[in-house]
Amino acid sequence: MSAEDLSLSRAMNEGLRKAMEHDPRVLVMGEDVGRLGGVFRVTDGLQKDFGESRVIDTPLAESGIVGTAIGLALRGYRPVCEIQFDGFVFPAFNQITTQLAKMRLRSLGMLELPVVVRIPFGGGIGAAEHHGESPEAYFTHTGGLRVVACSNPSDAYTMIQQAISCPDPVILFEPKRRYWDRARVELDTSGAVPLGRAVVARPGRDVTLLAYGPTVRTCLEAAQADGNRSIEVVDLRSLSPLDEETVLASVRKTGRCVVVHEAPVFSGYGAELAARITERCFYDLQAPVLRVGGFSTPYPPSRLERHYLPDLDRVLDAVDQTMAW
Amino acid sequence: MTIDAARGTPRGTVAEPPPELVQLLTPDGRRVEHPDYDAVFTAQEVRSLYRDLVIVRRLDEEALALARQGELAVWPSLRGQEAAQVGSARALLPGDMAFPSYREHGVAWCRGVDPVRELGSFRGINHAGWDPREHNLHLPTIVIGSQVLHATGYAMGVQRDGAEDAVIAYFGDGATSEGDVNEAFAWAAVQNAPIVFFCQNNQWAISEPTERQSRVPLHRRADGFGFPGVRVDGNDVLACLAVTARALDDARSGLGPTLVEAFTYRMGAHTTTDDPGRYRPRAEAEAWLLKDPVDRVKTHLLSSGAADEAFLAEVEAEAARIGTDMRTRCRELPDPDLDELWDNVYAAEHPLVEDERARFAAYLASFEDVPR
Ligand SMILES: Cc1ncc(C[n+]2csc(CCOP(=O)(O)OP(=O)(O)O)c2C)c(N)n1
Ligand SMILES: [Mg+2]
Repeated sequence: MSAEDLSLSRAMNEGLRKAMEHDPRVLVMGEDVGRLGGVFRVTDGLQKDFGESRVIDTPLAESGIVGTAIGLALRGYRPVCEIQFDGFVFPAFNQITTQLAKMRLRSLGMLELPVVVRIPFGGGIGAAEHHGESPEAYFTHTGGLRVVACSNPSDAYTMIQQAISCPDPVILFEPKRRYWDRARVELDTSGAVPLGRAVVARPGRDVTLLAYGPTVRTCLEAAQADGNRSIEVVDLRSLSPLDEETVLASVRKTGRCVVVHEAPVFSGYGAELAARITERCFYDLQAPVLRVGGFSTPYPPSRLERHYLPDLDRVLDAVDQTMAW
Repeated sequence: MTIDAARGTPRGTVAEPPPELVQLLTPDGRRVEHPDYDAVFTAQEVRSLYRDLVIVRRLDEEALALARQGELAVWPSLRGQEAAQVGSARALLPGDMAFPSYREHGVAWCRGVDPVRELGSFRGINHAGWDPREHNLHLPTIVIGSQVLHATGYAMGVQRDGAEDAVIAYFGDGATSEGDVNEAFAWAAVQNAPIVFFCQNNQWAISEPTERQSRVPLHRRADGFGFPGVRVDGNDVLACLAVTARALDDARSGLGPTLVEAFTYRMGAHTTTDDPGRYRPRAEAEAWLLKDPVDRVKTHLLSSGAADEAFLAEVEAEAARIGTDMRTRCRELPDPDLDELWDNVYAAEHPLVEDERARFAAYLASFEDVPR
């Protein structure tokens, strides 16, 4: 097998295709995933190649998408649900949090629900209301779910396959403004990083930036743009479980940490990171863990989103602050 | 494994019965009778409906052009659905309340909302931004189906007030699959709420045809909930007006909800970011062109002598003026102030919100001396 130059959307598509070829029990279901190939073209061509029984254009009902996926999983299938946009997962929230997350425990481990729920998330595409949200903390707050986020084409390709083969339900967040980012993708996944692990996306000495999904690229660009400090960027990849080993090793090394996500800072995933890092390596820290993210407001109309979303300047401003502490 | 054979023909599938379509004006502009709706329209009324149809279409064309020029981020065109929207909205009394989705530009026009106000959310400067009480048109709802429950609750309030008003909820064919819409049907039925559920079946929910949502004609969904459902020719403004007026009257007089299925067609793309070439045959849209909601009224006006060419030209000119005015004022719409990010999140000052506002202002101020 070789490597190919793919967009994130295409890489996800190839990963799905490979999983479907590998296991006939993998199903794809969601609104507009068949004929249209999904509004982000992630499922492009799959219905043509695998048929309508395996790639289902569902009724417009998110609770139904996840609820029936649970039933299909109980019957031995491995459904991959597409939620069209982040803001539309909430009709399915009940099924995800009260049913999907709990079935293993309720059955004393006798049942498993290998359901993947794919959610394009985050802002920055100039879209209308409900199309720019970052709802990950609602899900990381729920035991029983694995929550992961890819940031680049390679991870999209491998993580979707790993998520599908995972025996637990996986919520996979996909950075929608990065769907058209391109990179070389190694098609042989045998050496891939396991699903629950973070990676150091860029090594550095002075400060650790923790990011996932769309803000990984923001952080890499900030680190690149900063000529004065040596900035390490950790791509968390998995939010639940959190790869503490990689995160703590980085923070112990640099002594300074800034978390960057698009979701509101207050009660956001960064709060968990800050608390955990402080608990685990208090004496290694030169400064408190800082957080850069969205505001405690509804996601703004698109002409204000540039202020809401963390950008290079806001990331580097936080780096300045932590360095000056 | 036999999974590819899994999709058979389910029992109970109903081959589409000859639709009980209420029609008062045929596609070729002939006025026909319907036993249940012996409505009379004066020439003046038909002319005025025509005027709204033409203006609404023109505003839609202008908005599409604005979207193509980047003045709007996105636009969901109502083309093809003018009669469904104008007919139903013109049936409303001033005190009635309407709950739209995102495509009801024609309803907004008929309710008297300044067309430019409607553009704000599509331009990305606000999330709607009008007082629904001003024109009794609620804010458009994007999360499919949510507003149908709000409308039902509002109708329950009207009922408890002992008021004479009625409520109308707009939604699409796709929306009929959402739990919220079905819950609204259940609620309205048992509460006998004064509401009209107005479903514009434009045959498509983005790329999914109505068969992906239902095995029975949508208006028959009402049967199971215990209230009447009626299918009206959604491209016939007279029928839409008559059917909606009757349903509103029934609601007002305590007869409870009605589901109106306006059988129509989305002539354009779902929105300006969609490409229907990927999923539907061009011939389908071409066939619907013959049922155009505006043309049939024009033909009728001319053939019945209710209007002449001079009137038609006058309406076109007026529509063009209103369209140009909207276009000009759209371009002048100011970008929102940064403060609008934090304004109106809560009723009163909120410490967290004010803290964020102050910190961000300080952050921006820190750039002031830095040459950039
Ligand atoms: C809860 C929810 N799920 C998905 C979407 C994405 N979406 C926007 S419009 C649409 C199709 C709606 O079809 P229909 O109800 O027929 O209305 P139409 O657009 O045809 O007017 C979908 C799936 C949404 N807005 N809300
Ligand atoms: Mg529709």
